[in-house]
Amino acid sequence: MSTPVSTHEAPPRKSPPRKTPKRLRLSAIVMTVYLLFLLVPIYWLTIMSFKSNSEILNAFTLFPADFTFENYETILTDPSWYMGYVNSFTYVALNTVISLGVALPAAYAFSRYRFYGDNHLFFWLLTNRMAPPAVFALPFFQLYSSVSLFDTHIAVALAHCLFNVPLAVWILEGFMRGIPREIDETAFIDGYSFTRFFTRIFIPMIAPGIGVTAFFCFMFSWVELLLSRTLTSVDAKPITAIMTRTVSASGLDWGVLAAAGVLTIIPGAIVIYFVRSYIAKGFALGRV
Amino acid sequence: MQKPVNQRAWILVLPVVALVAFSSLIPMMTVVNYSFQDSFGGNDFFWVGLEWYRELLRSERLWDALGRQLLFSFIILMIEIPLGILVALAMPKKGWLASLCLVLMALPLLIPYNVVGTIWQVFGRADIGLLGRVLTDLGISYNYAQNAFDAWVTVIAMDVWHWTSLVALLSYAGLRSIPSAYYQAAKIDQASRWSVFRYIELPKMRGVLVIAVLLRFMDSFMIYTEPFVLTGGGPGNATTFLSIDLVKMALGQFDLGPAAAFSLMYFLVILLISYVFYTVMVTIDKDEAAQ
Repeated sequence: MSTPVSTHEAPPRKSPPRKTPKRLRLSAIVMTVYLLFLLVPIYWLTIMSFKSNSEILNAFTLFPADFTFENYETILTDPSWYMGYVNSFTYVALNTVISLGVALPAAYAFSRYRFYGDNHLFFWLLTNRMAPPAVFALPFFQLYSSVSLFDTHIAVALAHCLFNVPLAVWILEGFMRGIPREIDETAFIDGYSFTRFFTRIFIPMIAPGIGVTAFFCFMFSWVELLLSRTLTSVDAKPITAIMTRTVSASGLDWGVLAAAGVLTIIPGAIVIYFVRSYIAKGFALGRV
Repeated sequence: MQKPVNQRAWILVLPVVALVAFSSLIPMMTVVNYSFQDSFGGNDFFWVGLEWYRELLRSERLWDALGRQLLFSFIILMIEIPLGILVALAMPKKGWLASLCLVLMALPLLIPYNVVGTIWQVFGRADIGLLGRVLTDLGISYNYAQNAFDAWVTVIAMDVWHWTSLVALLSYAGLRSIPSAYYQAAKIDQASRWSVFRYIELPKMRGVLVIAVLLRFMDSFMIYTEPFVLTGGGPGNATTFLSIDLVKMALGQFDLGPAAAFSLMYFLVILLISYVFYTVMVTIDKDEAAQ
């Protein structure tokens, strides 16, 4: 008796779950292949940074046979290397502060009010995000030299505002749009002044948006090379520029180059970890 | 919801306008200035009118670079947009696995551009790189430094590696915002997986996809550092895109006049195409607000 019952009951019970795992498996395969594609080149760079130069050039190994920290030691003890990281961090931090400082009130204005020329102004701001840095390299060099800011951190920070400020306004506007205007009106009726309302109520409410914006300012300032290289020579030279110089000068010290590369990835990885829950919304510029 | 008109909002926008004017308008005016003048070195400039523009429009160098650039941006969009959507659909929806995928996927986006170039430069070399070595061992002749086709494949693979995650993250954010009621309705109608994608997910992702195309188009159109580090624009001029050519002209040869004219035309092309995208985006925003 039990056999026919079980055969009778088996198909309907089986068929719905069978469909889902199949789809899940396909998703898992796509995801795994994609992540492997992303991670293998990074893996290669990382293990290379732990190899000695002779092992890199003479032996082909998937894992360092002779695990060494020599390359990292070179970077962390030589000021011409590690000052590059300090310089990069300095101008990235300056840029993030400046960009957020000017973008916050502007984004509020764009998200709350209509005013004369608002749409044109918004598009004009965006055009600066669209402008190729190559177009600005030479004029920036001349502009910052003429106001004797060449080779300073503030020059690079200001130059990066070219694309970070429009982006910050764009993202913040997206986040602010999601907050109902009734909140502002209630606060004003309760007698809050604009500055008090903005700093005490509004900014805490869009804290995630500010975090995401800071992340993007950090990111685009951190990864940029052309402008930061053009505007610096010695005192403010960023790590990225130091790396290109080393390639062209010796072209041989692969281990140190790889170690320097790995060290530029780490700050980004840490920052991503902190904003991971907002990252998708942030990349959609707050417009989801 | 209609926004009230308030002209005092200009006060709030003023700092941004001042800052961007300083870092964009003033340099831009220098460029405009140079594009109409010539100098024999020093500060001795004289007016040449539209001469540089005429010369550039006749030069094959510019048209070749523009052709390569358009082809590159087109290929990039054709690969990255569908692949990004596919990856977004395949992503786990919640739990620690989703966080892990997000973090790993965002990783390439935060690597400095020249390090991206370095990674692929190393990875593709036949003597010390995994990819180059494996391909050579398989009997495929591959050398991105000498063969133009290989250089293109490597530059495209590098860009797909670098930026597909951006498209995927955007699409993922779009997918996450779809209320589950839509899926339930589709289930009741016994809609196929394809029709769920075609009639629910794709229309709902429209807004973010326009942003993705806009960002990817702009950034691929002004790509500089990655191919510069990887191939230096070579072999020959095979991967000399517009920005690389421009920097060669402006900072390498210091041909201020032609470089300035080049800059302005380059910028105008980007502006024109971006304006179309932007108009589409604003229209979609309005549509969604109306719903």
